Amino acid sequence: MHELAICQAIIDHVEARAEGRAVQRVEVRIGHFRQVVPDSLQFSWTVLTDGTDLSDCHLLINYVPAVIRCACGAESVLDVPIPACMTCGGVDVEFLSGNEFDVAWIEVAEAS
Amino acid sequence: MGRVHISLDGTVHDHAHHGDHDHSEGTPQHDVGDHSGYPATGVARISVLQSILSENDRVAAGNRTAFAANGVVAINVMSSPGAGKTSLLKRTLVELRSKLRLGVLEGDIATSLDADQLAGLGAAISLVNTSAGFGGECHLDAVMVHAGLGRLPLDEIDLLLIENVGNLVCPAEFDVGEHARAMVYAITEGEEKPFKYPVMFRAADVVVVNKIDLLPHLDFDLDLFLSNLHAVNPKATVITASARTGQGISEWCTWLRRQLPA
Repeated sequence: MHELAICQAIIDHVEARAEGRAVQRVEVRIGHFRQVVPDSLQFSWTVLTDGTDLSDCHLLINYVPAVIRCACGAESVLDVPIPACMTCGGVDVEFLSGNEFDVAWIEVAEAS
Repeated sequence: MGRVHISLDGTVHDHAHHGDHDHSEGTPQHDVGDHSGYPATGVARISVLQSILSENDRVAAGNRTAFAANGVVAINVMSSPGAGKTSLLKRTLVELRSKLRLGVLEGDIATSLDADQLAGLGAAISLVNTSAGFGGECHLDAVMVHAGLGRLPLDEIDLLLIENVGNLVCPAEFDVGEHARAMVYAITEGEEKPFKYPVMFRAADVVVVNKIDLLPHLDFDLDLFLSNLHAVNPKATVITASARTGQGISEWCTWLRRQLPA
């Protein structure tokens, strides 16, 4: 439901960084711990960029897996949202990835 | 870890389904249009590396500064619709109004019904129209809260209760500059909710388990819920309460007062 608001924030970043240049692609990195539905974000992108300078710009969503490291030393890739070690069940864990929420890069046409 | 998977069929299934078309392994996806037409030269990749919500977070930091400058402690109160946020706040205002100077920032998609309920209970109240921020209507963001703060006498408030929009998904993603996050959960919502809305449950510093007076009338398994909650958020403080009967209200108010500087 908040994908539209998030998408507008992405567009603001892209426009600020593009400084008027035509943007062909943008990559965002979104961690698995985030409650963002990729299809919904993609749909919001289409809606919000339609008829604008970004209407031909592709949004690439790099969905980053959720990885934790337990005090026991084991690392687990979580497929459920429970931060517990898959090896020992411990909950004294450190988040290695999965909370990403960044605009990574844009690709712009170079002036020839 | 069998414990984890037994009750999570829905979640696991969801994830597997997403995997079919989600390109989850770190490389850019390839199904968003055909890029073969782009020339290898003439395109420059420019690093951005900024948090998507950096503008929200910048405004949230400003809110935090305003709270600090005025000695205000702000609590972001979140829940699903109908879990009992407003009823709990009514009880809270009555309990604390003789002890603290109170403020309420009331977030609602539409209507002033909740704000009207809280009027006359000794707190300064600011109603926020949630269409005023980044365009979302399902949550409060830092910009909306900033706008709402302008209508409150911050230097006359010790404790500010921010009643977020009833929603278990979106509010959890938006820092509004609060000191702590409280979640109101009603036992009528079912034991599995921490697994379905893990971001919200993980973000909560305290979970008020509301409508506990209904326990004898429901099939609700409190121990199972608490075990699910602690699997997602081992650190959350839990307070069982009923905004209807008043059970647990003093414990909740004690927790609130502990958030204030001694």
